[in-house]
Amino acid sequence: MPRALLTVTVMALTTKSASKPTDGKRAPGKPAPAPDRPKRYPPSLPALLWHSTVGKKTVLAVTGLIMVGYLVAHLVGNLKIFFGAEEFNSYGHWLRTLGGPVLHYEWALWMIRVVLVAAVVLHGVTAYQLSRRDIAARPVAYVHKRRRASYATRTMRWGGVILGLFVVWHILDLTTLTVNENAETGHPYENTVATFSTWYGNTIYITAMVALGLHLRHGFWSAVQTLGAASPARERALRVVTDTSALVLTCGFISIPVAVMTGVVN
Amino acid sequence: MKVTLRVWRQPGPDAAGEMVSYEVEDVTPEMSFLEVLDTLNERLILDGSEPVAFDHDCREGICGACGVVINGQAHGPERTTACQLHMRSFADGDVIDVEPWRAAAFPVVKDLVVDRSAFDRIIGAGGYITAPTGSAPDAHATPVPKPAAETAFEHAECIGCGACVAACPNGSAMLFTAAKVVHLGALPQGAPERESRVLDMIGRMDDEGFGGCTNTGECAVACPKGIPLQAISSLNREFLRAARKSA
Repeated sequence: MPRALLTVTVMALTTKSASKPTDGKRAPGKPAPAPDRPKRYPPSLPALLWHSTVGKKTVLAVTGLIMVGYLVAHLVGNLKIFFGAEEFNSYGHWLRTLGGPVLHYEWALWMIRVVLVAAVVLHGVTAYQLSRRDIAARPVAYVHKRRRASYATRTMRWGGVILGLFVVWHILDLTTLTVNENAETGHPYENTVATFSTWYGNTIYITAMVALGLHLRHGFWSAVQTLGAASPARERALRVVTDTSALVLTCGFISIPVAVMTGVVN
Repeated sequence: MKVTLRVWRQPGPDAAGEMVSYEVEDVTPEMSFLEVLDTLNERLILDGSEPVAFDHDCREGICGACGVVINGQAHGPERTTACQLHMRSFADGDVIDVEPWRAAAFPVVKDLVVDRSAFDRIIGAGGYITAPTGSAPDAHATPVPKPAAETAFEHAECIGCGACVAACPNGSAMLFTAAKVVHLGALPQGAPERESRVLDMIGRMDDEGFGGCTNTGECAVACPKGIPLQAISSLNREFLRAARKSA
């Protein structure tokens, strides 16, 4: 393909030059295929977002940020475990009476749960669809292999799957108490200690939190970039904020099993 | 210097390809990478073999025609185009892998030549401004603020070589599209088509089978013209703004 001709065409199209006539000459080769997208103007905002890669990534970013916001609140609540069983258990009870007396018992909690489930499902579905697209866009791998991108970046997909499986276990363990052998309803402090008194409870939890840290390290910054909030001037500050929050969240969550293991919390 | 090139040979678009080794002697450190391919091709032609097909034009690093993946890096180890990459970047006896750009939207035509007309169609979807093309306009008839001019120039440096797509693990054209959208959007002349441009170009980009951006940053590292990664953030911002306004 004569790239010079293309370059000239691009120049003619992109500058306000008056001397370059657009004589209809286009690069030979395949003619432009007919657009297969429905040309409906104006498209509705959800349609526009859902049918475009950038729009889907916006959904991915917003749902991710909702979950980051939840994690911050979750960590703050969890750290109350360091102030004893009474304070932690009363906090657990307060969560159920939140919004009262306007809201019935556990209504607020269920509203949060609905939002979170919606966020998890949308995050997973968009990530899956975008991943399928991305893999299809590079059908042939390079023969010469070279390590690309950071570990956190390369493990986003499977790291996300690990986190999804962890959330299922975490709910069965400490919300429904299905897999927690020594659990008692209404005693979150004792149930947490019971989980972190087992080797597998600690292993699953700490592994998942490391995966969370890696996922957040790339994901948080990536969400900011996707939502168009990144700029050269803010780059350094953004990296510091996103890396620090990934580190704080990971260390904060891991501090609880470590505290149980070392006997600080018992 | 003597180097061994392992080159991707593929007779046609639908034919199977393979890496073929060639030893090239009499290589000097001053030679450009394309001149090494020329030297190899001269010998292949004299031997009656099929020369290695590769794209090239200006050989000054400004047209964007050349572009091959050298040792897994688009345009090779230096931040420039393959034509401006010199053999002083390699050592005597090196084995160098040479492959075409790999992306679903850039099908291989022959050997190292890929069809990049998907880029032309993205430009055709909105990478232009609409302006009367009669006589040249008066200078400074449209004031352009200095920072806007700087931004436009920085992004107008894109030569459309496709290294960003080749380097991206998702074969994404986001950096290319971002360069065009930011370049034209920064200028007052680009303002009337600001919303339709970004929506149409991203729509076309998706239709061509390019992948999405996962912010790996590989594109900006490979770009011989240094288009910054934040251009993609600006593109996303422009898209969301246009989606809000026109939906």
